[in-house]
Amino acid sequence: MVSQVMGWIDERFPLTKVWREHLAEYYAPKNFNFWYYFGSLALLVLVMQIVTGIFLTMNYKPDARFAFASVEYIMRDVNFGWLIRYMHSTGASMFFVVVYLHMMRGILYGSYRKPRELLWIIGMAIYLCLMGEAFFGYLLPWGQMSYWGAQVIVSLVDAISPEVALWIRGDYVISDATLNRFFAFHVIALPLVLLVLVFLHIVALHQVGSNNPDGIEIKNHKDPVSHIPLDGIPFHPYYTVKDIVGVSGYFIAYFGIIFFLPEMGGYFLEENNFIPADPLKTPPHIAPLWYFTPFYAILRAIPQKQLGIAAMGLAVLIFFLLPWLDRGVVKSVRYRGTLYKSALTAFVLSFLVLGYLGTQEPTIWYVNPIARVCAGIYFGFFLLMPIYSRLDKTKPVPERVTS
Amino acid sequence: MDKIQADRGRRRLLIGVTSAIGGVGVGALATPFVLSMLPSARAKAAGAPVEADISKVEPGMMITQEWRGQPVWIINRTPAMMAQLAKNTHLLSDPDSHKSEQPEPCKNVARAMPGHDNILVVVGICTHLGCSPTEKLKAGNEGGMGSDWPGGFLCPCHGSKYDLSARVFKDMPAPLNMRIPPYTYLDDQRLLIGTNKKGG
Repeated sequence: MVSQVMGWIDERFPLTKVWREHLAEYYAPKNFNFWYYFGSLALLVLVMQIVTGIFLTMNYKPDARFAFASVEYIMRDVNFGWLIRYMHSTGASMFFVVVYLHMMRGILYGSYRKPRELLWIIGMAIYLCLMGEAFFGYLLPWGQMSYWGAQVIVSLVDAISPEVALWIRGDYVISDATLNRFFAFHVIALPLVLLVLVFLHIVALHQVGSNNPDGIEIKNHKDPVSHIPLDGIPFHPYYTVKDIVGVSGYFIAYFGIIFFLPEMGGYFLEENNFIPADPLKTPPHIAPLWYFTPFYAILRAIPQKQLGIAAMGLAVLIFFLLPWLDRGVVKSVRYRGTLYKSALTAFVLSFLVLGYLGTQEPTIWYVNPIARVCAGIYFGFFLLMPIYSRLDKTKPVPERVTS
Repeated sequence: MDKIQADRGRRRLLIGVTSAIGGVGVGALATPFVLSMLPSARAKAAGAPVEADISKVEPGMMITQEWRGQPVWIINRTPAMMAQLAKNTHLLSDPDSHKSEQPEPCKNVARAMPGHDNILVVVGICTHLGCSPTEKLKAGNEGGMGSDWPGGFLCPCHGSKYDLSARVFKDMPAPLNMRIPPYTYLDDQRLLIGTNKKGG
């Protein structure tokens, strides 16, 4: 009976074929480690954001007069509204945690290197899209941080082209018109783009195959008869089961935050955002959410408006060039030398310190000087990479993956 | 063979023409959607001038008036504050407001209309990224600004400092002095903000 139904479907839609090519007979390297959880987790978080988002729109009102109150209504009066809202707000921050770790994995093991450049570029497009999604979504609660955060970001556009900024706002200031259109971008336009990009990301991944912690190609050693990579195992059931372990671990952390620390001490939901938006009064201290603070710190560190904006934009976009900046003979950090490892460590530290500085008030005397040093290290990591990655004394790479 | 060659050229031409016409059509169709995002007629109408009564603004006091959704500050500066303005020149990036925006009669040290030098009317928006600065009107360390503070404004977002004529200090993220809106005195106690002509 089941096989008859499957046969009927397969004549009309390649269901079995897709199942085999992308799951049961998609061979992934057998040496995946902890870092390989974050791709599938990112997909899970995306689905959860979409589902919780749908339920939030059932009670949210994208109107400057009612938006703030409708979010409080969700929090207090809607059955389990608090849970759905906290799942969405915590999910937004966790999305960036997962995506930053996923990108870190790519950098550690050289997953952006040939032939995976396009995979990396599509991934970066997803990251940009996600930043837009986070930015548009943050205006919706219409609190003080929503309002003034949007004001600062749109002013960045204003500095380059006032006409474009006017077009984005749809008014001379951030207003009801802006809120309404940001709602449209947040709930329909960008999610559609995100879904298409995620689909393309997976198609590109399955074309080139997954990289692995050794940074070598498993396709170079295939079984002479079956043509299956000797170091590959089918994604299903091996990695589907492994990913369930990752999901369990993720849920423990995620729901732990939702139930015990939903505001994360002001890092996931900022205190000033519990005050309704007031266009006449900027809160005494404004900072973006933590996932934007490294770039924000770079913007503030440069005492010239246009240059600051350019540096901030470059800090994000420079990741796109990574496949061509890296001239190392090995892909994985496991076989790189001290030179590259030191550069990478300095980069990660500078990113974390910039992230911290971006949350601090700019009037503290050490904030901007340290941010300038860190910005120098940040850009140095990328711009000097063609030199140090080539000079680096690498270790010999094994023929087959190590366990 | 000749026939196939001729057909190819024709096919290329037809594909080119179809794509071009189609592209124009897509562009034409996109126009109303792009333009729909510009400020609506209602948003434009909301930018009308507003009146402000300054009779109750004592020397040293500041009031905020909303105009086009933005804060407009009106400050009645004391003689001591006015005396300080001329001494600030060495601290400032654009002391004579050459690069900054203001109505022509306000292009002076006080950045105010002649005859009402002590009244500063200014759009309270930082020229860096659009935050509204915090008032630190009193000179000295009272507001935590250091003992050499001449009185003025501090932007909480990126730390830009302005003096009591809303002129920006040197080496600040903000490039320009804060904007002086067009305004006019209806009489000694009433201002019309948003136009330089009496009666709107």
